[in-house]
Amino acid sequence: MIDVQQVTKRYGHHTAIDRVTFSVAKGEVLAFLGPNGAGKTTTMRILTCFMPATEGTAQVAGFDCAEQPLEVKRRIGYLPETPPVYQELTVSEYLRFVGRLRGLIGGALTASMAREVERLGLGPVQHRLIGNLSRGYRQRVGLAQALLHDPPVLILDEPTVGLDPKQIIEIRELIKSLAGSHSVILSTHILPEATAVCQRVVIISGGRIVAEDTPDRLSARLRHSEKVSLTLARAPRDAAARLQQIAGVQQVHTGGPPGNFLLECQLGRDVREEVGRVAVTNDWGLVELKSISMTLEDVFLQLTRHEEGIAQGTQLAAEPVAAASSATTDSTS
Amino acid sequence: MTPVRAMITKELRSYFVSPVVYVVGAVFLLIVGLLAYLYIVFAGAQAIQLLQMHGQASINLNDLVFRNLFSSIRFVLLIILPILTMRLFAEERKLRTFEFLMTSPIGLNEIVAGKFMSVFLVFLGLLGLTGLIPLTLSLFSDFDWYPVMTGYLGLTLLGALFLAIGVLASALTENQIVAAFVSFGLLLVLWLMAGLGSLLGDTAAGQVISYLSFMEHYDHLVRGLVDTTDLMYFFSALVLMLFLTHRVVDSARWR
Repeated sequence: MIDVQQVTKRYGHHTAIDRVTFSVAKGEVLAFLGPNGAGKTTTMRILTCFMPATEGTAQVAGFDCAEQPLEVKRRIGYLPETPPVYQELTVSEYLRFVGRLRGLIGGALTASMAREVERLGLGPVQHRLIGNLSRGYRQRVGLAQALLHDPPVLILDEPTVGLDPKQIIEIRELIKSLAGSHSVILSTHILPEATAVCQRVVIISGGRIVAEDTPDRLSARLRHSEKVSLTLARAPRDAAARLQQIAGVQQVHTGGPPGNFLLECQLGRDVREEVGRVAVTNDWGLVELKSISMTLEDVFLQLTRHEEGIAQGTQLAAEPVAAASSATTDSTS
Repeated sequence: MTPVRAMITKELRSYFVSPVVYVVGAVFLLIVGLLAYLYIVFAGAQAIQLLQMHGQASINLNDLVFRNLFSSIRFVLLIILPILTMRLFAEERKLRTFEFLMTSPIGLNEIVAGKFMSVFLVFLGLLGLTGLIPLTLSLFSDFDWYPVMTGYLGLTLLGALFLAIGVLASALTENQIVAAFVSFGLLLVLWLMAGLGSLLGDTAAGQVISYLSFMEHYDHLVRGLVDTTDLMYFFSALVLMLFLTHRVVDSARWR
């Protein structure tokens, strides 16, 4: 549905994106992840034909963005970073204007408007001026705008910014429900969002794609060791040394709160049973024992810090302490 | 409904919910009304003078009222029209709706045409209201309607040109005040070129500069002279300004 080949965009001497290549299949939801200024918005602006690429080609639904912009624009629903709303119009006036710009008329227009108002819960504010609406409602009006002509491709630039947690969940559900029938590109710097809604993640940093895979495979790929967190109520002084002796344990870190140990173990070896047995037989007061998997957040931090290393396909230096401090626990692994 | 009509509807709506049109319209009509009143009173005073001297008087309202009035309105338009046009593109860029417009399946021609047409319609509405002045006068006196009509044609063309220059200025910046001042400056330059042209006299350069200014073309129409040269001047200037706007808006995407 979307095919981006070797796209480069330069502003004078500054290169905003550098030979970006990726594609999105029909019905797929792709997250575009990256720190601010990484080139997410630039890529989206090229895809939506707002600006031309310096080099390379971008295609949407088989149409080239540079050569047939109108055909591309007809097939895209785009929500820019700032919701593009006219403050002096009411919600329904605005949606009617948007629909007419996209060639919807009469009954089709009314039906589309009713569908989006319903879908995004805009009913109560339909006849209010957009200028008087809260940030969350404006964002939803922006989304309604993008969805109005039921485009096969949706490009959403940080769609959940400024929403409250309940709304964020609703919008994520909405995006998930669009998967299958729509191809969606979604940019975000909120990592759980990418894990929650997307089948595939593209991590972009400094204008280059540094990784592209499913969220699970990305974290698996970057994991060099299993990590186990252990909390003891009555840890003796030599606990670290004794834990180190357990077969499979490579290193023991004690930097955290008192009684907390982080065990780094050989890949593919579960030491939890043995650690538990040692702790219980010695009456150390076992409080917690869990395996820690690397979250997308860690992957992201590593990739954006070590972009050169990844680009060359070399192994990353393990950063156990940094990873552990930001890691969240995953009880299933 | 075509996209251009959708654009026009939206722009008109935006104009009429903001106070700008009402304020600008009120000021415009007040000044024009006041000027008309002054010229009529002046004509009346002249009539009385003639009556006392010759025992009878016939005054020419076309010369004494309408020609003066049309000359003065030109100046009023120069001041108020930039205020009407300043928001058209500058606001879109400021409020980030520009990106939305440019990614809508609507051509740049249609966007420029829609914006221009909307403000032109507002202007025509205001101009139409000044039509009450000759209509009221015609109830109490006789005058020749033909030069009044050509005067209105001149005002329409002049207004269209001013508005097109204003739209161009608005596309150049995202600051509305700057847009208003740029169009104000451009209009003044065009105005003063007439003075420069007459200063240079009957030389080739003088004629070219005089031709480029709207002054003599407008004067012909106010005097009741409809010449295709003048019409061509207004149409080509209008097209040129809208074309430049198109280029400027297009290039704004690249930066």
